[in-house]
Amino acid sequence: MKLSELSSAEVGNRLRRHGLTIRTGPFNFRILSTIDSIAQGLMLLYPDFPLVPEGEFVDFTVTLAPTGGIRRWWRPQVRFVYDGASPFAVLPLDHAFPLLEWAMNWCISTQAHHFLTLHAAVIEREGCAVIMPAPPGSGKSTLCAGLVSRGWRLLSDELALISLVDGWITPLGRPISLKNESLQVIREFVPGVVMNQVTHETSKGSVSHMKVPAEQVKRLGERARPRWVVFPKYVPQAKAELSLRSKANSMLELGGNSFNYTVHGLTGFEVLSEIITASDCYDFRYSDLDEAVSVLDGLAQKERG
Amino acid sequence: MTQDLLSPVWAKPDERPELTPLQWETILGQARTSRLLGRLAQHHVANHWLAEVPTQPRLYLEGALRLVDRQHHQVRWEVDCIRRALKHVPGPVVMLKGAAYFVAGLPPRQGRLFSDVDIMVEQERLPEIEGALFRAGWISDERDAYNQRYYRHWMHEIPPLTHVQRRTVIDVHHTITPPTSRFKVDGKKLLERISAVDERGDLFVLAPADMVLHSAVHLFQEGEFGHGLRDLLDLKDLLQHFEQRADFWPGLLDRAEELGLQIPLFHALFHIQRLFGYAAPPQWTTRIDRFSPPAPARIAMAWALGLALRPDHPSCNTRWSGLARWLLYVRSHALRMPIHQLVPHLARKAWMQRFPAKGQGEK
Repeated sequence: MKLSELSSAEVGNRLRRHGLTIRTGPFNFRILSTIDSIAQGLMLLYPDFPLVPEGEFVDFTVTLAPTGGIRRWWRPQVRFVYDGASPFAVLPLDHAFPLLEWAMNWCISTQAHHFLTLHAAVIEREGCAVIMPAPPGSGKSTLCAGLVSRGWRLLSDELALISLVDGWITPLGRPISLKNESLQVIREFVPGVVMNQVTHETSKGSVSHMKVPAEQVKRLGERARPRWVVFPKYVPQAKAELSLRSKANSMLELGGNSFNYTVHGLTGFEVLSEIITASDCYDFRYSDLDEAVSVLDGLAQKERG
Repeated sequence: MTQDLLSPVWAKPDERPELTPLQWETILGQARTSRLLGRLAQHHVANHWLAEVPTQPRLYLEGALRLVDRQHHQVRWEVDCIRRALKHVPGPVVMLKGAAYFVAGLPPRQGRLFSDVDIMVEQERLPEIEGALFRAGWISDERDAYNQRYYRHWMHEIPPLTHVQRRTVIDVHHTITPPTSRFKVDGKKLLERISAVDERGDLFVLAPADMVLHSAVHLFQEGEFGHGLRDLLDLKDLLQHFEQRADFWPGLLDRAEELGLQIPLFHALFHIQRLFGYAAPPQWTTRIDRFSPPAPARIAMAWALGLALRPDHPSCNTRWSGLARWLLYVRSHALRMPIHQLVPHLARKAWMQRFPAKGQGEK
């Protein structure tokens, strides 16, 4: 059963009572909240995600609770609660949906030590994955959103989940987070794009999330083999261009972008070095999205032979 | 549903917990907040039960084992760094709590997760020790003058030292309880009985009885009960390990009297028996009962600790949990310092929290 098969009244009801349980890739989440924007955001962005059958194990139970006290009348706020504690600072109530997305990422990155997790976007074509680690502001999510609407499949826009056994990547498939200028860029680039309402004045500026195409959500069970590691960088006016990057340096960067590389010790090192050995590593400067997509399409075409 | 699923695991250590998926979610949550996830995983490994745990919860037990493995590497490394940093400072360096169990290879080491390393040194050597640690990269993050003074005048430890590169934390103590505390202990008495962990002779742990008493007094003095269940489990493990020595129990009771720590030991033993079904040999029970505080205090503490020692997780909270924890928090402060010091201190802390000094941010 999918989320879209529930009426909006039922979605609200579940969120308020025992929690709405959805599966995103390998993780089951139970979400509890009385906040309207949470229900609306989930219905808009997660309609094709499967609900978790009753009685199945749920990995993470997250609660987004409005804070109490008299402040609720003049400056309502929202708190993320996990295991009875609040790991993050409280935020204004209209930040509730982005806070939910950050909270879900936090759960995975701090606890899912059965994967090697990297802070990176991952997309796939022909069964081959591009890992795109990059600092905030490099345009990683924008590029990822652009590619996903032009024939590439999204595995994840924030978290690469790498198997400790064979180095393959498991999709997470959650909505793509976009911010500031890239909101308008993607609205123009992807006609008919579905985006949540924009939240202004967050710590990252104005943010929103883009819905992932339904046919991609159906394929959340299909893993992909790492084939390229690409470090994107948005440079105004630059021509889209790949340049080879040293494997040793790329490995260092990947390790530095990992949430739990140090937890895995030798295994982490071996998994990362296998990925680097099997991948061509590039720096990628781009400004125009159309051009960027065609350059990366070129990589996939070469692979097809 | 409010149920402590965690302590029964060690009350019946030979029975494999048979849990529904929802109960697995609950016990993992309770273990996370009690910092016992590594212990829970290790307990399954030691009994060869891991393969029988359903796949999803098993992934998190295995993840905890990886984390334990890593942390143990790091603690070994940190201990070596501390040893090297303090090589030229005369006087013993004593490991306390988790780090002591670790270097001495005691049972609570199994599956233990660490947050910092606690050491104890001679009080008069503190300036030298702090200087040597500073030269090796550990500095105090405590910028506030009042807090610095609070630690240095009233506490049994100096403010935590953080390593500038590794961000690891050392707590340097000169005894195990605050000098203003009702249960104050002279650090010199503890240092008389320490034992070296290996033939290099520069690293020590407390004597068995002192280790047990420290753990007991720590449990009720910190005022934070998030780790209460874990500390109690540590204590049970230590008792079971040390009691193999014939003179351990009489030695422990003598020492409790000598150091004035009868009451903390009494409470600890009471709750170890209640939660884990483990008790001192019968010939000592009459003597232990004499350690009890008067009946009203005994009953009130049994009630409050009974609630506070449940895992600090929503699945365990009753309507009274918050009150019990608050009363114990207040009590822990009342034990730490006399009222004429306590009231100004708490008022000052409240003020600092409400109006943080410029450039310090909220904390």
